[in-house]
Amino acid sequence: MKRVQFERSSIPFLFVAPQIIIILVFFIWPAAQAIYQSFLLEDAWGLSSQFVWFRNYKDTIFSESWLQAAGFTIVFSTLVTFLSLALALLLAVKANEVIRGASTYKTTLMWAYAIAPPVAGLMGNLMFHPLIGDLYKFLNAIGWDFNHKLDSFDAGFVVVLISVWKQVSVNFIFFLSGLQGIPKSVLEASMMDCKSSFRRFWTITFPLLAPTTFFLMVINITYAFFETFGIIDTTTRGAPGGATNTLVYKVFQDGFRGADLGGSSAQSVVLMLMVLALTIVQFRFIERKVHY
Amino acid sequence: MKFRPLLAALALSSGILTSTQAYSATEIQWWHAMGGALGETVNEMAENYNASQSDVVIVPTYKGGYEDTMTAGIAAFRAKEQPHIIQIFDAGAATIINAPGATVPVADLMKDFNIEDYISGVRYFYADSDGKMIGLPFNSSTPLLYFNKEAFKEAGIDAPPKTWEEFEAIAPKLKEAGYIALAQSHSPWIFSENFHSRHNIQLATGNNGYDSTDVKLLYNNDHMKMHWGKVKSWLDAGYYGFYGRAWGDNQDAFVQKKVAMWLGSSGSFGGLTKSAEFEFGTTFLPYWESIIKEPKGTFIGGAALFAMSGHSDEENKAIADFFGYMTSSDNQVFWHKETGYVPITTAAYDAAKKEGYYDSTPDAEVGILQLSQPGGEWTKGYRLGYYVQIRDVMYKHFDDIFSGSASVDDAFAAMEKESNELLVRFSDTYK
Repeated sequence: MKRVQFERSSIPFLFVAPQIIIILVFFIWPAAQAIYQSFLLEDAWGLSSQFVWFRNYKDTIFSESWLQAAGFTIVFSTLVTFLSLALALLLAVKANEVIRGASTYKTTLMWAYAIAPPVAGLMGNLMFHPLIGDLYKFLNAIGWDFNHKLDSFDAGFVVVLISVWKQVSVNFIFFLSGLQGIPKSVLEASMMDCKSSFRRFWTITFPLLAPTTFFLMVINITYAFFETFGIIDTTTRGAPGGATNTLVYKVFQDGFRGADLGGSSAQSVVLMLMVLALTIVQFRFIERKVHY
Repeated sequence: MKFRPLLAALALSSGILTSTQAYSATEIQWWHAMGGALGETVNEMAENYNASQSDVVIVPTYKGGYEDTMTAGIAAFRAKEQPHIIQIFDAGAATIINAPGATVPVADLMKDFNIEDYISGVRYFYADSDGKMIGLPFNSSTPLLYFNKEAFKEAGIDAPPKTWEEFEAIAPKLKEAGYIALAQSHSPWIFSENFHSRHNIQLATGNNGYDSTDVKLLYNNDHMKMHWGKVKSWLDAGYYGFYGRAWGDNQDAFVQKKVAMWLGSSGSFGGLTKSAEFEFGTTFLPYWESIIKEPKGTFIGGAALFAMSGHSDEENKAIADFFGYMTSSDNQVFWHKETGYVPITTAAYDAAKKEGYYDSTPDAEVGILQLSQPGGEWTKGYRLGYYVQIRDVMYKHFDDIFSGSASVDDAFAAMEKESNELLVRFSDTYK
């Protein structure tokens, strides 16, 4: 029997090399450093260090402030992911049905797409400023005793609102293109079978959008976990009382502001594992329900 | 082609492009945290120095806030690319001073160094436990009470409060006149650290942390809890305004005449003269007469300049020369007048007095007078590790007191526990 032999060539390796190098330099190497550092107690300047096994994990992960941040991160990420997906889907479906002036609606809804999280945070910060913020004044005027500097619910409301607002237009673009990719013939056939547009949406349109929704869910969870850092940093900075502190922000606070490298590395390793686990769950269990 | 922007970005960020300028003179990198108007003053002083001689060129670089600057310095030191001079703030002092080998003590660096030349309030804050000065106090400030004279007139009050008891007496009058009586901009610094100094109370074991890293925080004491119980009651009664943790937001409330009194830094004076559209005065940080009859002075906040180790003798000589220039009377007076930070030497203070500066601007002297008030056993400052995180812990529990989600007792008990855990970590790391 003849074995199929391909001629070995270095060209394919050359093509993937840039990507591999980028992953090695910007992910594998820092991640390995973080794991190594998480087992050390080292002074900030790197002048003395000792190997302490799991001390950093024990000290940080079981601390009250980390548990509080973990709790908030889970609630926050769930809310941000769900709300920004749901709102974007609603807007996309509605904008897709509009016939007159459709492009105006679409452009307006995509408007905020290019805004970076820190900028969104700064804008939100101005709108919720206790002295000059219009939204702050408005919420108090309608009878909500709103003070996000003191009340943890109000502070959570602020960061969720800004994070969702920033993300909705990104999701909107994907949902809209997903909707437009659904074959007209399928929709027309379904119209003959079912009168209720609500049922048609859930039985035909939504399942056909599943690949888009799944992709966006992965992207949005990552966004809520990591990218909202810029929003937290420019608005509440984890206040009041640590109520809006996310895990990523805590890594930054302990490592970059507080110069505790071991503790912050341990936290980032745990965070890395959490996201890894979440991604595995998403791809193993949820993706099975997605039909491409 | 994909690589080119990447390489350019790498080159830029590692400073390759910026450090290739060729100078025959010794180039001294100075990383600082002075933004805005303060940064301009810093640049002006560096330019003046460069123009005054030809052997040394000082290159000041703004690195962001205090924490950013310290982090940048740490990263650079680990990469053996450290600047010659770095500005480190009060809460970060333990991180650099407790790591021997990171810095060259000022007292060793400068010829004819005499600690007695410095005004008493700044001498020992950045010194080691033997009293040897490690960092050069650069921008030194102290908490002061600013009061809106117009608001006081409207409320029919003659003088600012000396004590918190007096404050409690006038606060309702200010409320009636439509003002919130008080706000402040840094509760760990003003209502905790300097609270202890003003009332001469020990704030940490081991000589406030100067003698050892194996120490415990003593914030959970009856005086602090009494004070914070009062602050909470003022907040509830509408005598105290809380506009978040950000320094500027609370200062803005004063500038916008929402609050009649504001506790800030003596270094805020220069900025306030420009932004406030009303006549204001300054006075000492109030104290509780029930705790102490004769209050003590406060200690400094702000930051110090540290000479980083790992440079040649020639470069160290240049750093010393620059430090000498910065501490000269002329420059100290210039810095003092431009910014409101206190002059750090007695010679500079005398020069400013002789010039008649305080006759025309008496408020500018209040900070120095407060720092020069009689010292006590616990007025020289503190040296506590991971204090940046401890301040975060304090803020967290102060928030809880304000929002009512924790009682004063519970908040201080939790603060003590979490802070001491951080101190143990620091002590084990910096053996």
